[in-house]
Amino acid sequence: MTFDLIIAGFGGQGVLFAGQLLAHAALDAGLETTWYPSYGPEMRGGTANCTVVISDAPIGSPITERPQAAIVMNLPSLVRYEPLVRPGGVLVVNTSLIDRAVERVDIDAIAIPADDVAAELGNPKLTNMVLLGALLARTSALTTAQVGATLERVLPARHHHLLGANHAALARGAELATEAAARNATPTA
Amino acid sequence: MARELLKGNVAFAEAAIRAGCEAYFGYPITPQTEALEHMAVRMPELGRTFVQAESEVAAINMVYGAAAAGVRTMTSSSSPGVSLMMEGLSYMAGSEVPAVVVDVMRGGPGLGNIAPAQSDYTQMVKGGGHGDYRQIVLAPASVQELIDHTVLAFDLADRYRIVSVVLADGSLGQMMEGAELPAMRPPRAADASPAWALSGAKERDTNLISSIHLDPDEEERFNHHLQAKYAAIEAAEIRHEEHLLDDASIAVVAFGTAARLVKTAIAGERAAGVAVGLFRPITLWPFPTDALRDLSERVEAILVVEMNMGQMLEDVQRVVAERCPVGFFGRTGGVMPMPEEIAARIRALATQLGAAVSDAPEEVRT
Repeated sequence: MTFDLIIAGFGGQGVLFAGQLLAHAALDAGLETTWYPSYGPEMRGGTANCTVVISDAPIGSPITERPQAAIVMNLPSLVRYEPLVRPGGVLVVNTSLIDRAVERVDIDAIAIPADDVAAELGNPKLTNMVLLGALLARTSALTTAQVGATLERVLPARHHHLLGANHAALARGAELATEAAARNATPTA
Repeated sequence: MARELLKGNVAFAEAAIRAGCEAYFGYPITPQTEALEHMAVRMPELGRTFVQAESEVAAINMVYGAAAAGVRTMTSSSSPGVSLMMEGLSYMAGSEVPAVVVDVMRGGPGLGNIAPAQSDYTQMVKGGGHGDYRQIVLAPASVQELIDHTVLAFDLADRYRIVSVVLADGSLGQMMEGAELPAMRPPRAADASPAWALSGAKERDTNLISSIHLDPDEEERFNHHLQAKYAAIEAAEIRHEEHLLDDASIAVVAFGTAARLVKTAIAGERAAGVAVGLFRPITLWPFPTDALRDLSERVEAILVVEMNMGQMLEDVQRVVAERCPVGFFGRTGGVMPMPEEIAARIRALATQLGAAVSDAPEEVRT
């Protein structure tokens, strides 16, 4: 099993942290993992992305041209990564900030209004966790329970009062993704 | 020690501390600054020396001074900063003092950019500073190796009174990967200073650390002494990895990050029936000359892949001579070669050699 994912958005949306959390969770699950960030001038107020690879075997390349999944948190990221997701792969789209529909029909496109969901949950910073929850529901690499447990381990103690909200965000994202997938599977009249 | 998710730059800095680094001197430069940041916090905590120098020129000369005093010392930087250190490195070679330098290479020449590159190969492997000198050059391909090579670099530097270089690149410095740090070594005893060091000459003859030999005959004798030491290192310290080469008709030769990109390409090509493997020099100097020569007698073709325009290629060509054709694929300027494009080069070579290749490779990656 080898799974690769790109998470992309604006700097400040929690793109890098979401990827790190996934990598930590993979390591906790006894798997191999790499986390590779975009780094440099483009991070300051511009776009940020990271690539996470998870495998049960030693990992060669930490980068990928055709990821099996992508989470896109803003429009430039959708434009860049929609064409690259492998056929049959998963594309999680933050529709709160992206008003263009996914054009490809050969991928599992999951629309989640993540900023709105995060606001409903009481903290706009939960957007990344909502989207991560959605991704986990549509892929088999790791479960939301595994990632939730890892979050408890890696989150500094001073932030532990936020754990409940983060767990709720992961769960809500997963729930919405399952609903979205069911809608996708039902042909519209 | 348990495996933990570690960023390359932090991992090698902490590894250096655990290997007994007593003094770190450096100047911030992307993509290795996290190492300096880690040292800035950890070294004072442990009562050791951390100095952010006013420039890389100052930093390497502080390393030279600390090394001359018998202190376990290092610096780290990235390509343009390392270029500024060349004079110091030559003086240290000429004075036979041990030290560790980590170069987290970035795109060049000049100020270039901060993206990963391997274009300091020639500079670090062949010299860079003036004079007939060598330094041990280790090329890690993972965060774990970045840790292990940093520890090894200190031990080799001490053993041979030489500068050891860990030649990493921006991607290794910036990526996080599961890795295990070594246990903390106990600090060296205060009186454990090497006999040659400038540790205070009370009740013993004075030591002299210098790279000046005004008499040409004397300088020549010193150079012969250096060459004998280098020959001893070549005899004892060559390291390389062979991956899927037993039945290979094509060997890819690559080091560091390029090698792990090649491994992914090889997994795909193997699945398509191409008999391809990887030869990875781990020590770039001393270069795995004999093993590569042997390999060139067993395979039908060699493909060198680098994140530069063919710097190690020259060494591979020198070793292989005319035994088999040597091809090259490189990306440069901070661009990493994608496994897919490496795979296409391997495939083209296989087709040229007339190997039977299935048309539809499975999508395999490791």
